Amino acid sequence: MKQDLPAILELKALVKSFGALQVLKGIDFSVQPGELAFIIGPSGSGKSTLLRCCNRLEEPDGGSVTVDGVDITAPGVDINRLRQKIGMVFQSFNLYPHMTALGNVTLALRKVQGMDKATADAKGRAALARVGLTDKADAYPNQLSGGQQQRVGIARSLALEPLIVLFDEPTSALDPELVGGVLKVMRELRESGMTMVVVSHEMAFARAAADRVVFMDEGQIVEQGPPEEVFGNPKHARLREFLASLGDR
Amino acid sequence: MNPVVNVPPAMSTLERFLFSFFNPEIAGRYWKAIAEGMLLTTWLGITVIITGLVVGLTLAMARAQHVKPLNFCIIVFADAFRALPPLVIIIILFFAFPYIQMSMSAFTATWLALSLVLAAFAEEIFWAGILAVPKGQWEAARSTGMSRLEALQYVVLPQAVRMTVPPLTNRVMAITKGPALGSVVALHEILNVSSSASSESGNATPLVVGALAYLILFIPFVWFGRWIETRFAWKR
Repeated sequence: MKQDLPAILELKALVKSFGALQVLKGIDFSVQPGELAFIIGPSGSGKSTLLRCCNRLEEPDGGSVTVDGVDITAPGVDINRLRQKIGMVFQSFNLYPHMTALGNVTLALRKVQGMDKATADAKGRAALARVGLTDKADAYPNQLSGGQQQRVGIARSLALEPLIVLFDEPTSALDPELVGGVLKVMRELRESGMTMVVVSHEMAFARAAADRVVFMDEGQIVEQGPPEEVFGNPKHARLREFLASLGDR
Repeated sequence: MNPVVNVPPAMSTLERFLFSFFNPEIAGRYWKAIAEGMLLTTWLGITVIITGLVVGLTLAMARAQHVKPLNFCIIVFADAFRALPPLVIIIILFFAFPYIQMSMSAFTATWLALSLVLAAFAEEIFWAGILAVPKGQWEAARSTGMSRLEALQYVVLPQAVRMTVPPLTNRVMAITKGPALGSVVALHEILNVSSSASSESGNATPLVVGALAYLILFIPFVWFGRWIETRFAWKR
C-alpha cells in the first residue's frame, strides 16, 4: 500500500441513516493516489451508500469526506465543481437515452465546463477510444449492448479527467458474457494509474487487480488488507462466512 | 330594414329546412363577421396555448428545484385552477375585478382565464413527466457536476417532454374550445358572432356557418396534434 502519499479520498467518522436505520456507523477510510480499493460485503452492508457519500449523492449525517484535501461536506463548498473531479459509474449505466454515446460523454464538458463543441468532441472521442468504443460514437444507448453502455458510462466520467472514479456495482446488471469487456477496461484504467474505489461482487477481479480489499458488514468496515490476505487468510468470522457463502465465485 | 327573413308560406319541408339552415342570402350577409370571429378565436387560441404552456413548464421546472414553500404555492395554484370551471374564472375576472380597480377587456379576461387553466394542467403534466424520468438520470447528470437546473434542462426535460406530448396535446385541444366561453362577456369570437347573427336574422344559417368555421379551424389542428404525437413517439 502506498501510505506515504497524501490520501485522495479520506472519510472520517462517516455516519448515515435512512430514517431509523443507521446504514453507516462511523466509517474511517482513505484511498491513496493510484490505489484500487475494492469494497465487498453482503447486501445491505452499506457499501453502495458509502460510495454515494463520496460525491454526496447521499448527504452524510455526520463525519467528513475529504477529496484531494477539500472537505466536500463543508458548508458553502461548490459541490458541482468538486463532483467533476469525482467520476461515478453506476450499476444501471444511467446513460442519457436521447443522446448518442459521444453526446453522453461530452455533455458535461460542453454545458458545465463551457468547452466549445469541437474541443469537447475531440476529448469525448479520446475517452471513447480509451474504452474501446471509437466506432460507437454516434450510436444511441438503445443500440448498444449492456457492456458497451457501461463502457460509455466509464468514458463519460473519464472525459472530465477525474482524480478518482467510483464504481457502484458496475457489472451487476450485465449478462455474464459482457462482464469481461468492462473489467478489461477497468483493469487498463487501473494500470494507467487511475485511483478507483469499486463496489462489486467480482471476486476474481478483486484478487487480480485490487490493491486493497475492504470488507463491510452492518455499516462498519470489519476487515481490510491486500487481496491475498483478505481472501486467503480472513481473520473475522463474518468475513469467513461471507466468503464461504459466495462459494467459488 | 328588418333583418329578419320570414319563411315564405308555400314551401315544402325540404325547402323549409334548406331555407332555415343553408340560406345563401343569410350566409352572404354574415360570413364576414363570422370570419372575423374566426380570426379572433385563432389569435386567442394561439396566445392561450403559448402562455399556458410557457407558464406551466416554468412552474414545473420551479417545482423540480424542491423549494418547499414555493412548491406549496404551485400545488395550490394547480389544484385550484384545475378545479374551477373556466367559465367561472372568466366571469370573475371580467365582472368582479373592476371592483378592485382591475378592469380588463373581454379578450384579456378570456385569455387570462384560459391561460391560467391550461398552465395549471400543463404544470401537472410536465411534473408527471419529470417524475417519470428515472432517478438515475438525475444522479448521472449531477455526478458530472451539473447543477439541479442544468440536469433538468439538458437531461431530464428532453426525456420528460417526450412522454408528455400525448396528454399535453389532448389538453391543448380541450382548451382551444375555450374561446367560445368568452361569449358570456361579449367577446366577438365565432360562437358569439354566429349566435347573435342567428337571433338577429331569425335563421339558423349563421350557426351552420359558425360550425363550418370551427371545422376549418380545428380539423388541421387535430391533424397537427396527431402528427406531433407520432413525431415524438418514444422509441426505446
